[in-house]
Amino acid sequence: MKASYGKLMMWFFLLSDAFTFGAFLTAYGLMRHRHQAYTGSPDDFTFSTAHWPIPEKVFNAFPGFHGVDLPLAFVALMTMILILSSVTMVLAVEAGHRMDQKDVQKWLLWTILFGSMFVGCQAWEWSHFITGSEHGMKLPDGTTFFGANLAFNEYGPVLFADLFFFITGFHGTHVVSGIVLLIIMFISTVNGVFQRRGHYEMVEKVGLYWHFVDLVWVFVFTFFYLV
Amino acid sequence: MAAHSHHSSVENENRVIPPPQTKGIWRVFIILCVITAIEFAFAFIMEAGTLRNWIFIILTLVKAFFIVGEFMHLKHETKSLIWTILVPSILLVWLVTALVTEGSYINDIVFNYFK
Repeated sequence: MKASYGKLMMWFFLLSDAFTFGAFLTAYGLMRHRHQAYTGSPDDFTFSTAHWPIPEKVFNAFPGFHGVDLPLAFVALMTMILILSSVTMVLAVEAGHRMDQKDVQKWLLWTILFGSMFVGCQAWEWSHFITGSEHGMKLPDGTTFFGANLAFNEYGPVLFADLFFFITGFHGTHVVSGIVLLIIMFISTVNGVFQRRGHYEMVEKVGLYWHFVDLVWVFVFTFFYLV
Repeated sequence: MAAHSHHSSVENENRVIPPPQTKGIWRVFIILCVITAIEFAFAFIMEAGTLRNWIFIILTLVKAFFIVGEFMHLKHETKSLIWTILVPSILLVWLVTALVTEGSYINDIVFNYFK
């Protein structure tokens, strides 16, 4: 196939990983259709376990803007950060083709920075989701439950929170492992390993993985937040 | 080891690094940003519904095409590699279609059976 063994195997791994994420998003689709959809006007929407929540009503917070309704603004920002990190990754690969050690180092560092920013944003998103809104949800025993965990969820059916934790969590794990791989690539580049080897194919392979993580987020953004 | 790295650093100093070719990369970046902005706009301008969902799905596939084709370089690989990746991915489309239909069916059973 003219592609090297390592790159070919990375493609096969990514294909299998695509099936894992595909299964997650398919499960989301199944569960969403299994539950009742909200049929009233979006302005009158309230959280209830009787119907699936409208994502814009759940994810409408932005750090530093407490109480301001900014639907999906933070997720859009996260998407832009991850796309930007993908671009700096291609630039690192491009510099590798030119055997430009300094440029590879520079772009790898930018990619690590944007990747870490994304994980930080996700940590904030999770903590906000777990802490919950001010009204919370009345439980049968008279107490009020705030936020969400794997067993209770004030935003809607329990499965909505479960799928949120599993899908974004699994994606976040991928980003973290990507950052670890990028740091290893950065150290090797600084030590001149690839320069001596005569090619930067290893950076290219990690790049493939990194773009895949970005690709998955594009799908998560659509199917979890937009649709 | 020390002698070796010394040798390679001498080699590097004599070698001319070609200038970067990044125009295409930034073009793809701008396309991805514009599509994301359009998606974001549709989320507010348009009422939720089947049509809007299809617009989102099509725009997502366009974005996926640019990421996989240009960033992951698949567009410029050999035909056999392109098909090796694309054909199994088509199975996912079937999986989603089948299980979303199944979900609607379970919904119908749970909520409408005793009506």
